[in-house]
Amino acid sequence: MSIEVKNIRKNFGDFQALQDLSLKVESGELLALLGPSGSGKTTLLRIVAGLDSVDQGQVLFEEQDAQHQKARERGVGFVFQHYALFRNMTVFDNIAFGLKVQPRRIRPTKAKIRQKVLELLNLVQLEWLADRYPWQLSGGQRQRIALARALAVRPKVLLLDEPFGSLDAQVRKELRLWLRRFHDEFHITTLFVTHDQEEALEVADRIVVMNKGRIEQVGTPEDVYHNPANPFVLSFLGNVNLFHCRLAEGKAFIGDSALDVPGLVLDQPKTAKLYVRPNQFKISRGPGKGDALKAMVEYVNPAGIVVKVNLKTENGERIYVEISHDEFNHLRLMKSQQVYVSLKDVTYSEYV
Amino acid sequence: MSGPFVRKSILPGFSLSLGFTIFYLSLIVLIPLSMLFLKTASLGFKEFLEVIMEPRTLAAYRLSFGTAFVSAGINAVFGFIVAWVLVRYSFPGKRIVDALVDFPLALPTAVAGIALTELYTPTGWVGQFLQSWGIKGAFSPFGITIALTFIGLPFVVRTIQPVLEDLDPQIEEAAASLGANRWQTLTGVIFPIIFPALLAGVTLALARAIGEYGSVIFIAGNMPMKTEIAPLLIMTKLEQYDYTGATAIAVGMLLISFLLLATANFFQWLTSKNLGKT
Repeated sequence: MSIEVKNIRKNFGDFQALQDLSLKVESGELLALLGPSGSGKTTLLRIVAGLDSVDQGQVLFEEQDAQHQKARERGVGFVFQHYALFRNMTVFDNIAFGLKVQPRRIRPTKAKIRQKVLELLNLVQLEWLADRYPWQLSGGQRQRIALARALAVRPKVLLLDEPFGSLDAQVRKELRLWLRRFHDEFHITTLFVTHDQEEALEVADRIVVMNKGRIEQVGTPEDVYHNPANPFVLSFLGNVNLFHCRLAEGKAFIGDSALDVPGLVLDQPKTAKLYVRPNQFKISRGPGKGDALKAMVEYVNPAGIVVKVNLKTENGERIYVEISHDEFNHLRLMKSQQVYVSLKDVTYSEYV
Repeated sequence: MSGPFVRKSILPGFSLSLGFTIFYLSLIVLIPLSMLFLKTASLGFKEFLEVIMEPRTLAAYRLSFGTAFVSAGINAVFGFIVAWVLVRYSFPGKRIVDALVDFPLALPTAVAGIALTELYTPTGWVGQFLQSWGIKGAFSPFGITIALTFIGLPFVVRTIQPVLEDLDPQIEEAAASLGANRWQTLTGVIFPIIFPALLAGVTLALARAIGEYGSVIFIAGNMPMKTEIAPLLIMTKLEQYDYTGATAIAVGMLLISFLLLATANFFQWLTSKNLGKT
């Protein structure tokens, strides 16, 4: 089912949670709402679920106005960050709840409910926990039960509010992949809120980057990562180095030093902010052909998939660079060593 | 069971504080209670039975426990509503309403009794309306129940309030998104979680009502066999220097109360053991 919100506005007292926001979620899509806390992403999700009202604007389900529908009539499955399981019920009864409260004429028989619950337990791979109570489960298990519970009523839309936010890193990764596989199999329109860019990049079909109640950019993970619409999106999706400089003749002038900028074509010199990702630098031991920044190695951390290097330029600016282990072994970098940094590419430049 | 009888705790002072607790409970609770039993023991078992099976005593027991039960039941319903309103909604004057709940605890019971009697006599503000409907306000079991309800309210409200405050509103939202209506959410999700606390509060109110004396004697009218509560009967016996008779009635009350409290605690344990702490 497709979801559309049109010109939504929502205030909490003086705080503007959502400002004239519009968004369309295609049917069968897995969409991530990504943003820092206070960006309005959870509010948007709750409005779609019918758990919050709007001050202005429309919510459309399958082109139909859903404004008059209460939360329980919308047919959405909602998963909370802190699970919100019913602690007076066993896992089985938690999952069966949505079916048991259906009006008598559409409620399945007891045997059908039982079969359905066992199917769902099987889906989340926790069959053996049916008779346990929520407090006897781990965080990851609780969240999977919460997912199964939400799926029991065959929702047309699945809404997840920071579903993995309070889990261990390991469990979080596992569930993330599980969600992706689940979505590939069942194609339920899914909207999930996260502040973790890695999670959004890894799981979503499309990402909506939000900030201060507005949408900054909508696009595929590849899109928002490589072609960020603005500095906010850029810095929110991963580390970035910022240079305040003057651009002229294919070079960036930072303080007294010059730096070659590949692919720079300008009619006239301009003052600019240059945004460079950590992997877009090249470190060499000696000065190369073009202009490079002279810098000193402050700190090297080879633990991890990439080697993280902190550099300090002559002007006192700090640069954070990531290089491969091959490069690192080749360079044999050490603390306090003199190196030259040049640019392979620039992610984004903003002229001022 | 293996391991030491008392698990070693990192917090110091266990033996000292436990010793103090036992000493204190003995001094304040156990010794006076055992005196009661010792005094009663000077009667033979047969005479003891005779005293407590006397029609006047039985009537007093029936009245005391009956009215206490009814008032506790009333408080269960209305105390729940009061606590719900105080936790869930904000409205002007909420702090004052909240403070009012404690009032029955602070007010000298005799004052409460006189005020209630004044209201519920056939000529009183409320009593005259009751009178016109043929209901006797003061000087009847109905009046006693009113006094006991007044006394018991804070116990119920104050026990449920913190549990309601801790109740995660997202649980209700989860129920709503699963298609439950308000009634299904209340009975299926909220009430089972609140129930142990409600039971605890009602038990406190009940215990208080069984032993209540001050506020009841004014409104009861104290007619033997009709509106004479058990604590008053004990006082009457004492005034007639029938100390053993008085303690015998007291022991009877004590045994019934103990049985009631034990049952209530059992159900409280039964309904809360699976709730966990999440």
